[in-house]
Amino acid sequence: MTIRRVLRLLPVVPSILLLLLFLLAPVVWSFYASFTDAALSGKAARDPQWVGADNYARMFSDDLFPLAAWLTVVFVAASAVIGQNILGLLIALLMTRSRKAVASLVGTAVVAAWVLPEIVAAFAAYAYFNRDGTLNQMLGVMGAQGPDWLYSWPLVAIILANTWRGTAFSMLVYKAALADVPRDISEAALMDGARGWQRLAFITLPLIRSSIATNLMLITLQTLAVFTLIWVMTAGGPANASTTLPVLAYQEAFKFGDIGYGTAVASVLILLGMVFGAVYVRLLREQRP
Amino acid sequence: MTTSGLRARVAADSTTTGGGSRSRARLGADIALAVIGLCFVAPLLWLLLAAVDPQAGYQTKVPSTPSIANFRAVLTPELLFRPLANSFLLSAGTAVVNLLVAVLAAYPLSRYQSRFNKPFMYTVLFGTSLPVTAIMVPVYGLFVHLQLLDSMAATVFFMATTTLPMAIWMTKNFMDSVPLELEEAAWMDGASAMAALRTIVLPLMKQGLGVVFIFVFIQAWGNFFVPFILLLSPAKQPAAVSIFSFFGQHGAIAYGQLAAFSILYSVPVLVLYALVSRGMGNSFALSGAMKG
Repeated sequence: MTIRRVLRLLPVVPSILLLLLFLLAPVVWSFYASFTDAALSGKAARDPQWVGADNYARMFSDDLFPLAAWLTVVFVAASAVIGQNILGLLIALLMTRSRKAVASLVGTAVVAAWVLPEIVAAFAAYAYFNRDGTLNQMLGVMGAQGPDWLYSWPLVAIILANTWRGTAFSMLVYKAALADVPRDISEAALMDGARGWQRLAFITLPLIRSSIATNLMLITLQTLAVFTLIWVMTAGGPANASTTLPVLAYQEAFKFGDIGYGTAVASVLILLGMVFGAVYVRLLREQRP
Repeated sequence: MTTSGLRARVAADSTTTGGGSRSRARLGADIALAVIGLCFVAPLLWLLLAAVDPQAGYQTKVPSTPSIANFRAVLTPELLFRPLANSFLLSAGTAVVNLLVAVLAAYPLSRYQSRFNKPFMYTVLFGTSLPVTAIMVPVYGLFVHLQLLDSMAATVFFMATTTLPMAIWMTKNFMDSVPLELEEAAWMDGASAMAALRTIVLPLMKQGLGVVFIFVFIQAWGNFFVPFILLLSPAKQPAAVSIFSFFGQHGAIAYGQLAAFSILYSVPVLVLYALVSRGMGNSFALSGAMKG
């Protein structure tokens, strides 16, 4: 009987093998390599030495890591938590009020930026924020002289670009959540004389709070991992002014060939992802006991 | 006050005084949405205009001599067809591996009660939150170690694994919605579990499987970072990576061709996405992915 029970689980084995080999092994290897001086080439590539916590010590004595960590926090907070989240909620709310044709047209425009291959979206954003690009041309029409965004305001440019790229996800989540809010409740509030923003703050938002929490977790995780958009638009520059942690890990490992330090940065990112992931799993568990 | 009384008052309200303010609110919402929509379209304008402008630069302007010269220039095996074929191989391969492995894993998880199910599903969910860009440095190391660098098959299996947690989660949810009774009848007739899965369960969740396939395919098709790190020879690179061939050696960029190529490369996923969202409503795929 027990053997049968175990045998019945046999079809799960291929998935476990893949997850062990391609997800767990790299994570374990990342933590291991972050304690060595592994390199892309040379003597340290063939025979990496154990260096203890040197790489981690270097992180905090180095100016670059604290800067990158700070830029990552700003990037995630501004483009995901504020930008995508609030704009997505706003669009979903407006859609419940607007004409159907307008809602579906605008929905398509928002989703288009999200469905495009990331490299195409990145080039489009690069062209848009270029010194002679569309944004400055539009500002020019209005009589304003736009700055060289990618050079003078690189962080602002990548934050706006990531908001543009990712808002669709939040919009779709909130559209689905708002569709589940019973009409009677908001109408009853309307009868009681509740104003628009009061209904929103005291009725609608509390009703969709689990969607808000889930959405915040997911977009934080997605934004934490953004690489291509930043790499194409600014390559982390100028002078590291837009180097977030994924860009820093890439640079250290592949540009400077320092795999040990690169994996140390990557390990910090993985740990961050794990913390958010654990919170996310807990959230979902509480929602369905 | 009863609900029906409330409803009647709401109805009365909207036909008399409420009507005017409601349509004004609607107009306001329409305008606000339209402005947001325009902001979202603006970055795509350059792509569309530059593609039909043989003299395109980074400026957005209506081409003085619009033509399809850019499209004609990129329609070569070297520039377009081979990269697209590679993209297709990688994405279709990733989607097939995902579907096979996810269906196999989902079946016992959905059909049999076991103490193993819950922890496994939560571990899988946890796996969906791993930042894939962060593990590319160690994955590169792993691929060098196992001598898998520049292997399309290995890249397919790696990409499949990165989307596998999401695919298992979705597939199991879709499978849960197929009633167990039908299968039990088949078991009575002596069919094995795998036969019942193939002949009864899978046909009933065709739509769900389609969603998972397209979902994974779109992600793989748009993936730049993974093939950029793991595939080295130009002959194996997908469109996401080969796009850099429009950047000349001395900073000269073929803008028009870059835009035309971008459009041709993007069309397949736009069509696939429209297919999924039209067939089952925008929120359908998402609810499969997010809800338990």
